[in-house]
Amino acid sequence: MSKITLPAYANVYISEGKKPFPWFGMDIGGTLVKLVYFEPKDITAEEEQEEVENLKSIRRYLTSNTAYGKTGVRDVHLELRNLTICGRTGNLHFIRFPTVAMHRFIQMGRDKHFSSLHTTLCATGGGAYKFENDFRTMADLELLKLDELDCLIQGLLYIDSVGFNGHPECYYFENPSDTQNCIKRPCCLDNLFPMLLVNIGSGVSILAVNEKDSYKRVTGTSLGGGTFLGLCCLLTGCETFEEALEMASKGDSTNVDKLVKDIYGGDYQRFGLQGSAVASSFGHMMSKEKRDSISKEDLARATLVTITNNIGSIARMCAVNEPGDQAALYRAFRVYRIPSEQKLPTISREYMKIERVVFVGNFLRINTVSTKLLAYAMDFWSKGQLKALFLEHEGYFGAVGAFLELLKSAKVRRGGVKPDSLSMQAFLLCQAMYHVTSPKSCLAFEYF
Amino acid sequence: MALSGGADRGSHSMDKSITLPPDEIFRNLENAKRFAIDIGGSLTKLAYYSTVQHKVAKVRSFDHSAKETDGDPLYEISVQEEITARLHFIKFENAYIETCLDFIKDHLVNTETKVIKATGGGAYKFKDLIEKKLKLKVDKEDEMTCLIKGCNFVLKNIPHEAFVYAKHADSEFRFQNTHPDIFPYLLINIGSGVSIVKVEAEDKFERIGGSSIGGGTFWGLGALLTKTKRFDELLQLASKGQHTNVDMLVKDIYGGAYGSLGLTGDLIASSFGKSATTDKEFSKEDMAKSLLHMISNDIGQLACLYAKLHNLTRVYFGGFFIRGHPVTMHTITYSINFFTKGEVQALFLRHEGYLGAIGAFLKGAEEDNPNQYSWGENYAGSSGLMSVSPDLNPVQRARSGTFDMLEMDRLERQLVNLPLLQDPTSYIPDTVDLTEDALAREYWLYCFEEALDGVVKRAIASQKDQPEAAERAEKFRQKYCHKLQTLRHQPFAYGSLTVRSLLDTREHCLNEFNFPDPYSKIKQKENDMALKYYLKVVKSFEELSWEQRQFTLVKGLLAGNVFDWGAKAVSDVLESDPEFGFEQAKQQLQERPWLVDAYNQWIERLKGPPHKCALFFVDNSGIDIILGVFPFIRELLIRGTEVVLASNSGPALNDVTNSELQILTERIAAMDPVIHTALKEDRLALVQNGSSSPCLDLSRLDKVLATVVRERGTDLVIIEGMGRAIHTNYYAMLSCESLKLAVIKNSWLAERLGGKIFSVVFKYEVPSKAQGQH
Repeated sequence: MSKITLPAYANVYISEGKKPFPWFGMDIGGTLVKLVYFEPKDITAEEEQEEVENLKSIRRYLTSNTAYGKTGVRDVHLELRNLTICGRTGNLHFIRFPTVAMHRFIQMGRDKHFSSLHTTLCATGGGAYKFENDFRTMADLELLKLDELDCLIQGLLYIDSVGFNGHPECYYFENPSDTQNCIKRPCCLDNLFPMLLVNIGSGVSILAVNEKDSYKRVTGTSLGGGTFLGLCCLLTGCETFEEALEMASKGDSTNVDKLVKDIYGGDYQRFGLQGSAVASSFGHMMSKEKRDSISKEDLARATLVTITNNIGSIARMCAVNEPGDQAALYRAFRVYRIPSEQKLPTISREYMKIERVVFVGNFLRINTVSTKLLAYAMDFWSKGQLKALFLEHEGYFGAVGAFLELLKSAKVRRGGVKPDSLSMQAFLLCQAMYHVTSPKSCLAFEYF
Repeated sequence: MALSGGADRGSHSMDKSITLPPDEIFRNLENAKRFAIDIGGSLTKLAYYSTVQHKVAKVRSFDHSAKETDGDPLYEISVQEEITARLHFIKFENAYIETCLDFIKDHLVNTETKVIKATGGGAYKFKDLIEKKLKLKVDKEDEMTCLIKGCNFVLKNIPHEAFVYAKHADSEFRFQNTHPDIFPYLLINIGSGVSIVKVEAEDKFERIGGSSIGGGTFWGLGALLTKTKRFDELLQLASKGQHTNVDMLVKDIYGGAYGSLGLTGDLIASSFGKSATTDKEFSKEDMAKSLLHMISNDIGQLACLYAKLHNLTRVYFGGFFIRGHPVTMHTITYSINFFTKGEVQALFLRHEGYLGAIGAFLKGAEEDNPNQYSWGENYAGSSGLMSVSPDLNPVQRARSGTFDMLEMDRLERQLVNLPLLQDPTSYIPDTVDLTEDALAREYWLYCFEEALDGVVKRAIASQKDQPEAAERAEKFRQKYCHKLQTLRHQPFAYGSLTVRSLLDTREHCLNEFNFPDPYSKIKQKENDMALKYYLKVVKSFEELSWEQRQFTLVKGLLAGNVFDWGAKAVSDVLESDPEFGFEQAKQQLQERPWLVDAYNQWIERLKGPPHKCALFFVDNSGIDIILGVFPFIRELLIRGTEVVLASNSGPALNDVTNSELQILTERIAAMDPVIHTALKEDRLALVQNGSSSPCLDLSRLDKVLATVVRERGTDLVIIEGMGRAIHTNYYAMLSCESLKLAVIKNSWLAERLGGKIFSVVFKYEVPSKAQGQH
């Protein structure tokens, strides 16, 4: 594979200009609210003087604490330092709190006279719609509502392009099928497209992304992070995601799940099923004896494994089912002035296949059980054809996308993405394909 | 006394207090051989092959060459014993397994059998018990292989096997036509886990995927959440619950719909999502419902992804999660519909529970090559699809001691499609689906109940010499009465309910009690009488002009068709007035224009070149066949058209059977040189249709008939009588010219069609050019 570097969005994308602080981006999900806040570090003395008291107090409140109220948390380890955006340099902070606390948050906005700051509050996620009216009536704030999937992708591409304080944002697992030697490895998202983007929040959305601006939601499932936590709460009496994961990490799902070997004594050879594969999630729990003797930890682990495997399975099927977007590739050709009447050969399905599955969403936070399991499942069931990729800022991309929109909304975009890099990537991909698919198709490349 | 059934019973304590009625369950055990057993989590399915000895009526021609006296009947009727093959399948709760094994041991006479084929998860557990009790070696067969074999078998042999489930429709079950080619299909077996199998041919299948989230997950997780032990009880809870209390919906997140993605507000965004964010208690019902939706949707989604990847549209669902449960059939149907946007329909099978047992049995019977035969469901011995809706009958369902049965008769003839069907895949024999038409259903059920006394009387009269006939006839009455009761409550029990299925069920029940041909003597008498008039009728045509003759022939055909013991209006007349004759019948007929009148087109056609070969599906004995059909085909023969007379293989009402027709034709040939020559030159052929029904299913006809039709280049099909041309085939589209004619001998039906009793249907159809070229 040839390596092509993606454009640095931070430099191309946003022009110089002044956008009044504070800079926020917000993603209001079903379970969690994700907030990114840009803390300018290059405030001049002049600015310092001009800065209204409200603004100062917000900045101090957010940056000097790591916890807000009972449930708000700042993920200090994710903070992006010395980031230059819109000509300003500062740190990007990542904060989350449960959606059930949304009204308290709005009240705080009212108490701190947020509306007097004349800022636009960019928000995405379902809550942007659900709470719009509450923002307006309770805090006199207007939301700029943004599509959550647009935000997710733009946020993801941005964070990936600026990197994680000098390190890559992206990682994968080496030796995913070997639990002993499975190692987390950072990597660069070089050949990004086409990719399958699996966002695991309360529920799951699965997107096929062909280009920066070309994606579609392939499907989704209601068995997501909310299901894991919901079932864990009911089964074990736990109350938080952290608690549930803690229990899961100590449990053994094979006491709960029925494995192939529990039914067939070993492998089911007729169909090449390993004895250790799960035949029936929670299958052992059909027996009263086993129900009576099961531990909470085992139940939590089984719930986690069930949900994770299921997401992996659906994602894998989507990856093999998704033919990829030929049109996107053809658009790339047009940049290089291939006459439109030139009939391009059909690009073989083989080459359109999605090879990268990127998993994001807060379900994966502090959840190495699931990330490793997903990496294993992708590798095993696709016989090494699919690679699972993960991102350090798991659940924050929607909020980052909303934050970027804030900066974009006031300013003119300076040209967006250069066509070259993306198209060149498409071109190289096609070149690789045509060499295999049809010798005639080489004609198309005489134009270059 | 009944135990709660369930896989979680630690020790299999057996209930021995039940006694099995030998007449009802495990019938024909004496001759049984080739056993197979499928032991699932809670139900055992036993299969065996047996032979049934029952009486058949045979006709034999007297030697007329020696002497001929006027008083002698044309042929003699004798009742003979015949042995036919039958497959028995019995389904019962695992609790009864020991009792059943004891029963089998006591009644099994045959000792040739050495092994019993076994499949299913429980086969291992009960291996020792079976070997000890039956002294048979347990030979284990692969579960999935058995399942697929069984599935192929029922799809091929049982019409209306597959159905679509529609909870809120007038009829919950919409049965599918038997597709001539059942492959390829996808079978989603939802047991404790899920297996997704692609079946491409009889022995070619592959497990292309699966999921661990299946029936075991519903049961196991459901038991943990609700403290409810039994699977059925969980389903019951689910059917009463509100999942929206537990699930996080799109509108819970968005406040409404997520418009840009087309996700409606009621869509589940996160299953059990609310239980993560609220502290309140959830009801058992709500949690069970949420769990049911979660699992059904997940399975549906995976099924769709696999169907799409392999480009398959026929997707069947089975396994204990489905097994006739309206609740799960509904949620799976909903899910498939949602994920494929209606492009794929979820299909279910009537005999889904038997697939493993059928398959295991077939594995063991491979040397008998059961797949070379056609088989037919015996309505008399099969319990049919029971509605197991927990809402309908929770008590019975929860403590079921019922034995469910399926019996399949080996048919003597191999059955195939009529090659002249325009589109075999969309052909539906029956004109009215009584499952969907409640008014018609009421009427016909009432009709058949009303007629039952007469049938019983007729059956007894046909066996005057046998003193126990009355007792048997009474048993027949009870059996058929019970069937009608069942059908009143569960019209879908044997697939789509139709007049044909009601008639066939009655024939099956009559056979069951050794009344093979209650009309044999009447048929004999009428044939004798009609033969005497044959020459006179034929002669009378000679004086007529061509146009007059054609009309008289058609009228004769129609008048002959009035003589029908199957129609109550007619049988009443015939019972009371034995002298009722051909001329009177002609007068009863409606004057032209008839209710359906294509006579002018038919005459115009006759003025053209002759047809190459006409296939005539005949109806009644006596006047109908002899004075109606024969003069009519005689004219066709004279025109230069070859004629194939297709008649029933076995008896049904007063319909002429193939063996009777052989004798009649010989006799007519002896009188009439036209028929004689035609027979000699093989321009007139008599072929059996493979059926013993008063109706006609053109998709299940004798293979020989199909060959004859093809070889002779048949270009005209004539279907006569209410049963064959009105109740069935009225809308059948053929690829050649066709004539459907009948006299409506039922005022209710006549009224429905917009006419009066004895209205005439004369339907002549020519396929459009493009269609004709197929």
